[in-house]
Amino acid sequence: MLKIHNLHASVANRPILKGVDLEVRGGEVHAIMGPNGSGKSTLASVLAGREGYVVTDGTVEYLGQDLLAMAPEDRARAGVFLAFQYPVEIPGVNNAYLLKAALNAIRKQRGEPELDAFEFLAMVRERMKLMQMDESFLNRGVNEGFSGGEKKRNEILQMAMLEPRLALLDETDSGLDIDALRVVANGVNSLRDPARSIVMVTHYQRLLDYVEPDVVHVLSDGRILLSGGKGLALELEKRGYDWVRHEARVA
Amino acid sequence: MSTTSPDLDAIVGQKYRHGFVTDIEADTVPPGLDEDVIRLISRKKGEPQFMLDWRLRAFRHWLGMRPPEWAHLRIAPIDYQQISYYSAPRTKQDGPKSLDEVDPKLLATYEKLGVPLHERARLAGVAVDAVFDSVSVATTFKEKLAQAGVIFCPFSDAVQNHPELVERYLGSVVPYTDNFFATLNSAVFSDGSFVYVPRGVRSPMELSTYFRINAAKTGQFERTLIIADEGSYVSYLEGCTAPMRDENQLHAAVVELVALADAQIKYSTVQNWYPGDEEGRGGIYNFVTKRGECRGANSRISWTQVETGSAITWKYPSCVLTGENSVGEFYSVALANHCQQADTGTKMIHIGRNTRSTIVSKGISAGRGQNAYRGLVKILPSADGARNYTQCDSLLMGDRCGAHTFPYMEIKNPTAVVEHEATTSKIADDQLFYCRSRGISEEDAVNMIVNGFCKAVFKELPMEFAVEAQNLMAVSLEGAVG
Repeated sequence: MLKIHNLHASVANRPILKGVDLEVRGGEVHAIMGPNGSGKSTLASVLAGREGYVVTDGTVEYLGQDLLAMAPEDRARAGVFLAFQYPVEIPGVNNAYLLKAALNAIRKQRGEPELDAFEFLAMVRERMKLMQMDESFLNRGVNEGFSGGEKKRNEILQMAMLEPRLALLDETDSGLDIDALRVVANGVNSLRDPARSIVMVTHYQRLLDYVEPDVVHVLSDGRILLSGGKGLALELEKRGYDWVRHEARVA
Repeated sequence: MSTTSPDLDAIVGQKYRHGFVTDIEADTVPPGLDEDVIRLISRKKGEPQFMLDWRLRAFRHWLGMRPPEWAHLRIAPIDYQQISYYSAPRTKQDGPKSLDEVDPKLLATYEKLGVPLHERARLAGVAVDAVFDSVSVATTFKEKLAQAGVIFCPFSDAVQNHPELVERYLGSVVPYTDNFFATLNSAVFSDGSFVYVPRGVRSPMELSTYFRINAAKTGQFERTLIIADEGSYVSYLEGCTAPMRDENQLHAAVVELVALADAQIKYSTVQNWYPGDEEGRGGIYNFVTKRGECRGANSRISWTQVETGSAITWKYPSCVLTGENSVGEFYSVALANHCQQADTGTKMIHIGRNTRSTIVSKGISAGRGQNAYRGLVKILPSADGARNYTQCDSLLMGDRCGAHTFPYMEIKNPTAVVEHEATTSKIADDQLFYCRSRGISEEDAVNMIVNGFCKAVFKELPMEFAVEAQNLMAVSLEGAVG
């Protein structure tokens, strides 16, 4: 699904990623953990194609394609989805309108017929139940006046609608209370699928209590220092990140 | 075509008293302006004496006026003696012969705007005889309006058939002394529209479909007068989203609205004249005076405008709130892309007690466009309990454009409540990225964000116009990003 090789990237001429290697196979859920400033969110942004993130070396192969050569919208249409850490507000743009436009752009790419308003409404209503969202969200401006938790739910709702092949969740757990975390985690779990890979970027272990990863990576200073199973996350929770760095130095 | 009156056809080729001659091809008088030209215009239109006198008074006044220079606009000097002030409606020989001869770029634009096929030919100025049955459609509308007692006709017809109404109301809101361009218009106006809605009548249709089917080439000095008698209602739609072919650079129109007691006039404009090329060459100068008076108690006038065209726009649709409890509204979207300049806004003059006004202005600047909002809220000592709310937002795209806001307030009554809110924002890169990361193209994302910004105004437009306005924004913003 996704093969990252020796990825280097800079933001404002400052190197952030310094040789990331990562392979994610279909159906796998990966967690990328690491201390603040380690490059976790940068990795997610580079994969989604955000401007200002300059790849200086390395390759990213997604379903056999050169992902880095694609425009952000083409990546999305090819099935890459980024759930934002800080979803932006777009005043006056109807939430449902954006979602329908996005869905139809992606369906068009997949060679599926566009949904009309009724089909779309039926689909979105069903998925909103899953996210325990009130229907009034549809008619509000995109993220306009949403609370932190509402924004995150809305991101996962979009994911549920767009049915990506590769979902990147950037700190989706941050700013959520425990109830909202459960709802969001439940939404993510329901989207686990042998044909779908999920990469979760997170600072804390607690999301992983609800969404169990197959692989956990520790990203530090722009490189993946250690990879392991679910147990690694628990160990990180107990011992912090310093020992990983220390071991990496020893090795 | 129903729009070409027989006497105008007859004029073609006729010798003018002053010794100049139109040749058969041209039905336009030679450039220049003096009293003789005005007498000629009035005579050609067979006007009664009061009209000629009024035109002449305006002209004499105009001679002592200077063009306004206070606007935030750069205008190349205009030689008013180089303009031809009378042009009969064109015969059908001068346009392209078929759609095949029309600029493909123009056709592509119609396609994007969703202009119906049968309308494209007319808009592109194709010289075809009624290929579509506009005449019969127009006739149906005319009958329906006549049943309701609504008068809706070319201005020159009203001068012939309803001189008492014209004499009573013409210039009663925009006097011939008003300003340089309005005064010039008063002297030389060619034609325009006239509407009278009788007491207690609700116009059975938007006065738009008719207008668009019947859109005559009314020339560069258009004059419109709308009178809503007591307790009546009318919604009037002016313009068209499709770009119009027009060879006149200067347009100086005047629109006057009169709302008597309990009457309501809703006036919507979509203006999309040629804005000039990307370097700012060519393009229409749109110098318009639009004003309505809420003359009676509880009357209401709403202006809604979407201004995307013209090289230069100078336009301030205003409301004079004379009647008690009357309401004035102004909703505006103005776009300046490439080298366009817009200086537009409104004036709300509160005279009567408990008068209320609302101003919502959305300015969008892109490319090297310059967009200014200029608005006056004036509350006279007599206007006890007057209220105004103004919201004025600017959206910038790129770093070479400009947005300017000039709000003026003159409050002469201590009971007045006046609120003003203003914001300036840029289309943020993260908004664009958010949309693109959902599979939406950059261009569609820009349109979506801009339309969201304009929403408060678009929702004031009649339904079908609102959809067209959104498409229009998309076309007008092409190439603004990326």
